[in-house]
Amino acid sequence: MPIKSEPVEVNIGPQHPSTHGVFRMVARIDGERIVDVKMVVGYLHRSMEKLAEERTFTQNIPFTDRMDYLAAMTGNLGYCLSVEKLAGIEVPERAQYLRVIFSELQRIASHCMATGAFINDCGAWQTPVMYCFRDREKVLDLFEMTCGARLTTNYMRIGGVAFDIPDEFLPALDRLVNDDLPYRFEEYEQLLVGNEIIMMRARDVGVVTPEMAINASLTGPMLRSAGIAWDTRKADPYCVYDRMTFDIPVGYNGDAYDRMLIRIEEMKQSLRIIRQAVHQLPDGPHKTDVPLAIRPPAGEAYSRVESPKGELGFYVVSDGGPAPYRWHVRAPSLINLSVLKEMTVGQTIADAIVTLGSIDINVGELDR
Amino acid sequence: MPHAVTLTLPGQQVADRIRTRLPHAVRDVQPGYVVLEPASALEVMAFIRDDEQLDGKFLVQMCSVDQVTRIDVVYHFSSLAQNHIFEVKVPADHEQPVVPSISPLWVGAWLQEREVYDLMGVVFEGHPALTRLFLWDAFPGHPLRKDFMSLPGGQKTGLSQFPKQVPGQTGQEFRPPNPGTGQ
Repeated sequence: MPIKSEPVEVNIGPQHPSTHGVFRMVARIDGERIVDVKMVVGYLHRSMEKLAEERTFTQNIPFTDRMDYLAAMTGNLGYCLSVEKLAGIEVPERAQYLRVIFSELQRIASHCMATGAFINDCGAWQTPVMYCFRDREKVLDLFEMTCGARLTTNYMRIGGVAFDIPDEFLPALDRLVNDDLPYRFEEYEQLLVGNEIIMMRARDVGVVTPEMAINASLTGPMLRSAGIAWDTRKADPYCVYDRMTFDIPVGYNGDAYDRMLIRIEEMKQSLRIIRQAVHQLPDGPHKTDVPLAIRPPAGEAYSRVESPKGELGFYVVSDGGPAPYRWHVRAPSLINLSVLKEMTVGQTIADAIVTLGSIDINVGELDR
Repeated sequence: MPHAVTLTLPGQQVADRIRTRLPHAVRDVQPGYVVLEPASALEVMAFIRDDEQLDGKFLVQMCSVDQVTRIDVVYHFSSLAQNHIFEVKVPADHEQPVVPSISPLWVGAWLQEREVYDLMGVVFEGHPALTRLFLWDAFPGHPLRKDFMSLPGGQKTGLSQFPKQVPGQTGQEFRPPNPGTGQ
């Protein structure tokens, strides 16, 4: 005689290591299978968009650190680009190269974290995270050397970057990019790619199809895992990305395993970009002279950058005053979660955790 | 890709294309965007998505702006195949803002519409489950509105009491002529 069971509601999070912050998933399960999933967010809502309306354009830069605190540099960059677009500010060439170098270093740091946490979610408790953290720490050391902070860097400014790099930066970067990280990424590949346990755990889990990915506005590794070679750095180059040679890795199955491979390959491509940027790095000023309380002309601007999580966009409306009239952030972490239900319903709870880990959300950015 | 850099379609081009199918759907045309009639907005959105020239299959983002007399819901659409981007606005009444939901057309809109409803109070007709996203259900009001917790008599606080940009000034005038000397 079959045993009768009825659906049970299980709270995954908000206080759970596999939800990467304070994200809560209310899963309705029948046995081990998920029947319905409801996401509850807002535990980290700090109303940055409202706060920004009472602060000058320059004072808003630290907010962008605290959105995606694992990728503060790209957050800074996206915001500064939008204000520069609105005010028509030219950025010196050296600053543009420094922006590229730091964005790519940040991408490596964020992808290290994402890869390590993803393997952690797959069940390899803590050891791979420590491998990835070891390499992320070295990148953060470079940030600390340049701007004094490791996570909330507040490095980019409207019209350039806050400080020029110190003398010991380039030798340290050279050691990291040429002698250290390439071998570490080789090590990741040896350990992870083709690892039978990872493949059993992550293949055909959390599948997105190309149609679904476009319809749901997915960006970043989520979109590329579905086989669509879309990268804002190539499609809409900002700073000096149009002078760099690099490839966009894409997946074919759209599953969690593909997303992990894409992140590892993107870290290698970031190394390529950094090498070229260092090679081409010109002399000159690192910042153009912009008033601290800049008043851009009335109007609106939307600009976007490729953050490690996806397309990070900033929509800024100015009325000619010293503070933005309206400031909206297109947070990739939020929009990539649009298909969470489609991806997880029908799977087991353990697979849902793997799926969520492969999306690589950041709750600071999700809730803002 | 046809363009090396994403092409921003001018508002006139988008409006002309929409008018070929829906002649009365466009209310206003600006250089950067098109303002739609709210009544026929959903038809236009479906046209934007399925049209070959506009090809707005990718909803880049949507948000809302409080313009004091009205609330604008702002959409950015993009074509990944043709690599262009354009902007569309749907105005709504300030007191009772109601706009048709585009969640049936784009899955990616349903969370963003919940966010706009939560923070700006715009009601999206046809949304499958329009509830607050970030704030709790009993939260009073919609915080991104300009009149949220406003002071009586139109008093201003913070930066909004400072003057706007004056033509002919660069914004540099606030700086003292000799920094550090107190003059």
